[in-house]
Formats: sequence, structure tokens, C-alpha cells
Amino acid sequence: MDVPVLKQGPFLIATVQSALTDADLAQMRRLLIEQVGKFRSRGVIVDVTAVDVLDSYACRTLRDIAHMTGFRGAATVIVGIHPELAFTMVQLGLSLEGVATALDLEEGLAYLNARTRPTIARGNSPRNSAGPPRNGTHTRGKR
Amino acid sequence: MASAERIGIRSDRDILLARQRGRELGRAVGFVATDLTLIATAISELARNIVLYAREGVIELRLVTEDSHRGLVIVARDHGPGIVDVNRAMQDGYSTSGGLGLGLPGVKRLMDGFEIHSRAGRGTTVQIAKWLRT
Amino acid sequence: MVTRGTLQQPAVGATGTESAIALLRELVAHLRQNRTQLREEWARRITEAELLTAMTKEEIFAEATSVYDNYVEALETGTFEALQSYSRNLSERIIPRGVETHEVVGIVLLLRDVLARSLFAKYQGDFTKLNRILDAYEPAANRIANTVAVGFVQERERIIREQQEAIRELSTPVLQVRERLLILPIIGVIDPQRARQLTEQLLRGIRTNRAKVVVIDITGVAAMDAAVANHLVQTVEASRLLGATVIVTGLSPEIAQTLVTIGVDLGKMTTVGDLQGGIEEAERLLGYKVLPLVESPVEA
Repeated sequence: MDVPVLKQGPFLIATVQSALTDADLAQMRRLLIEQVGKFRSRGVIVDVTAVDVLDSYACRTLRDIAHMTGFRGAATVIVGIHPELAFTMVQLGLSLEGVATALDLEEGLAYLNARTRPTIARGNSPRNSAGPPRNGTHTRGKR
Repeated sequence: MASAERIGIRSDRDILLARQRGRELGRAVGFVATDLTLIATAISELARNIVLYAREGVIELRLVTEDSHRGLVIVARDHGPGIVDVNRAMQDGYSTSGGLGLGLPGVKRLMDGFEIHSRAGRGTTVQIAKWLRT
Repeated sequence: MVTRGTLQQPAVGATGTESAIALLRELVAHLRQNRTQLREEWARRITEAELLTAMTKEEIFAEATSVYDNYVEALETGTFEALQSYSRNLSERIIPRGVETHEVVGIVLLLRDVLARSLFAKYQGDFTKLNRILDAYEPAANRIANTVAVGFVQERERIIREQQEAIRELSTPVLQVRERLLILPIIGVIDPQRARQLTEQLLRGIRTNRAKVVVIDITGVAAMDAAVANHLVQTVEASRLLGATVIVTGLSPEIAQTLVTIGVDLGKMTTVGDLQGGIEEAERLLGYKVLPLVESPVEA
């Protein structure tokens, strides 16, 4: 089963359509890494809205994608994890540690845009997020 | 009435099949969406262990619909190399780097019942159960 | 490759021979021929026994017709799926009307009785045949009574479960205070079941409200055991998977100790002393303009 990968400007969007076998996951990983290199993409979104189960292998694949594309200068964000899925995953001990996550495609794009935009100095502290109200900024709590 | 199903596990495609069937049977029992996801995920983990370590095995799904309790019992059985140190495999942190299989402590957390028997060189049987909360 | 095996008792009596099947066919034909009068007699006896008082005569008759037809069909085909699903369907309709288990069991037994008597009447001249017909009829009739009663009870239990869920949902509100900011105040004693439900509600709330920050206030929680504390940590992690940051407020020293004991790195969790402070921190994270506050006890 092929996962369609869309190029949207500097970003790649991979939309998982349904349940993927391990082989499918591996293929998606290969494809994304290759395309990030080819297009010099700055960000990758993996949309798992249609996915019903994210087990340990799937999580590992997602972490691999984040790592390997990270080496090539791209940020990865996983979007569309269902509430039930999130619950199951943390109970299973899978928290996708080190991988960015956002609610949906819109949020994911906002995240990538914020990350890849050249930062404008805003006040003295580098972590200062005060300023004109701007929905869509996603700063996570300290890890 | 009891109902049982056996699914041969040999490839990663079978992992998908097993968890889909698990989800469907779980729905027949009456589990809510969250529990169905738990069940499907647990089956996925067990089936993957079979494929990774034993190369082939079986997943049995048993519907339990007695008046006093309803639920799903899942048995993952293989005649592979077996787990040498079961206690260690059941410790958190061991192989929770994920994707390398096992992940048994996680599965135990997800389910209501968990039993494992393994003999080095003989194979492994894992039995898990999820009961409908009344 | 899937092989399926189901354990089911055949509906036909123990003999299962040709003659038993033929008898059953004869029985079914008789029940069909006399459908109108048997149905009426049954409906009459239901009213006499003062069952289904929650329903009107017309309704009883309408349902009696459906039950009768499903009954006969189950006898004829020896399969019970149609009866099972009809039974659940019927239960779904009548339970909200206040119909109780004993009534359902009662009417099914009455039907069994009405049909048995009609068999007596028909075959009273031939005792041997009567016995053989009853031998064929009884196991099936028992199975049917069981199927309907059990279907009703299960449906009732399902509805009760749903109602309990609904009540629990009402009593644990997830509040949207501002755009993209949710507050979950937790009060009182939390057992694992309630904790689980809180988490589910919160996660659903995050998705519905597209929340970016959640403030979980546990000021009102007296004590927390390791299991529930673990659950809190899982809730924080699960929220992150949905793209939301969690701020925990109202952490008492005792609970902080519990968290540390179970191995939670409090440095990983964003905590603030009180709810007000938590909301302000949340607003800061969201980029809202906040009036300068001298001391915001932000721990990290």
C-alpha cells in the first residue's frame, strides 16, 4: 500500500490512508528520507488520522523518520493521533519521545512554519513568547 | 455460546489481519472504542513477536459470552526459540525501545489478564484477556 | 488464513432424525395456519396476566405479531441470529418504556404455553404423535425463551452502563475558558475508573476544542496513590501526542512526593502553585498579552 506524499512548498506531507503493514511502514520511511534529500525539504508531516493502531513498530518507524530526516535538516511532526490511540500508546509505554506532535494538519503546518521561519528578535529572552497574540504558535512545556 | 478463531501468523500482513479480527470480535462482545484500540494494539504486539522471533505461530481469539462475564481471550502461540529469561522480559525498560518486539510489560498493562509460558527451544504461549466492565 | 469454529447446540431435539425434522415442519405449518387466533390468545393472556402494562393494547398486539413470527421462523430454520437481533432491537424499544425483565420472561413463557396447548388440542387423539411432536418442540422452545430473555437482559445492562457513563461525564466537566485553553479541575477522590474516564474526556476535549494548553488543577484532590499518579503522568503524555501542553496546578507537597516516589521527573512536568497562576502561565504560552505579574511561581 503506497502512502501518498505531497510536496507543499518546503514541506512534505505523507498521509497514511489506512492500516499499514511493517513493510509498508518501512517503505514510507525510505520514501520520505529520499524525498527530503531530493527536494531539500525543511519539514515533514506524517498524518496518521486514518490510523487505528500505532504499535511499537509503527512508533519506532516514526521516530526513525524524525531522526533521519533531521540529519538532513528537516523537522518532522506527527499529526492526527486519535484520542483513543494516544491513550493506548502511553499505556503501552510509547510516547514518541523526541518527536514533535500536533493535533492536525493545520496545526502541523503552523508548527513547521514557526520553526522554519527565520526568528525575529523579540525582547531579551530567547524563550520569550509574549507579544502580539498569535494563535497557532505552539511552544511545548519544558521537556 | 462460545466462539473461537485461529489465525496463522507468518507475515506482517497476518499481523494486520489478526488485529482487525480482534477488533471485530471485540466489537461483537460490546467493547467501546478505546478498548477496541487497546485490544488491537495488544494483538499487534503479540503477533509481531511471533513474526520476529518464531517466524510462525498462531493467534487464537476466543469470545466469551457467558451471562456472568463477557470478554475476549487472546492466545498467541509459537514453537520458536522461546524466551530464555521471562522475568527479565517482563521488566519495564527491557526492549521498550520499541519495534524490537517483546514489549510484554506494555501489553500486560493494557489488558485485564496476562499469562506467559515459555521454554527455551520449545516455544512461547502468551494468553491475555480483556473483560467487559459492567 | 482463518478457520472458524462455533459451538452451538442444534435446535432440533436429541434425535435429529428425519422424522423429528418432519415433525418440526408439521409443527411450524400448524403454527402458521393458526397464526391469527394463537396470536390473539397470547395477547389476551398477556393482558390478563397484567404484563406489559406500560404499553397499549395496540402496541402489545403489534409486538406480539413480530415476536410470534420470529419465534416460528426460529423454530423453522433452527437458527437464532434473526431472533437475537430482533430481541435486542425490541428490548431497545421497550426498556425506556419501563418494561422489566420478569415481564419479558413472562410473555415468552406464555407464548410457549399457548403454543403447547394448541398442540395438545390438535393431537389429543394421538398420544404417541403428541409426545413426538413435543419432543421436537421443547428444546427449540427452551432455546428461544432463553435467547429472548438473555437478549433483553444484556440490552438492559448495556443501557445501564451507558447511563452510568453519561452520569460520570456530567460530573467531571472539562471547561473551555479561552480559545485553545482547557481547564480540568479535579475534585475529591479519584479511583482508577474515574481517572480513566477523566483522561478520555480530556483527550476528546482537546480534539474538539483544538486546545493547545490544558490546565489540570488538583487542588481539590486530597491524596493520590501511585496508580492514579501514574495515570496523571500518562494523561500529560497522551495530551502531548495531541499537540497540547499540560500545566498541573495545585500540587500539594504530599502528592509531589508520591510522584517523585513513582519515578516521575517533576522537571519534565510543568507545574504551577495554584490555578490562577496556571491559567496565567497558559495564557503566556498561548501568546496572550498578560498584565505584568510580579511573582509568577513558575516551576520547571
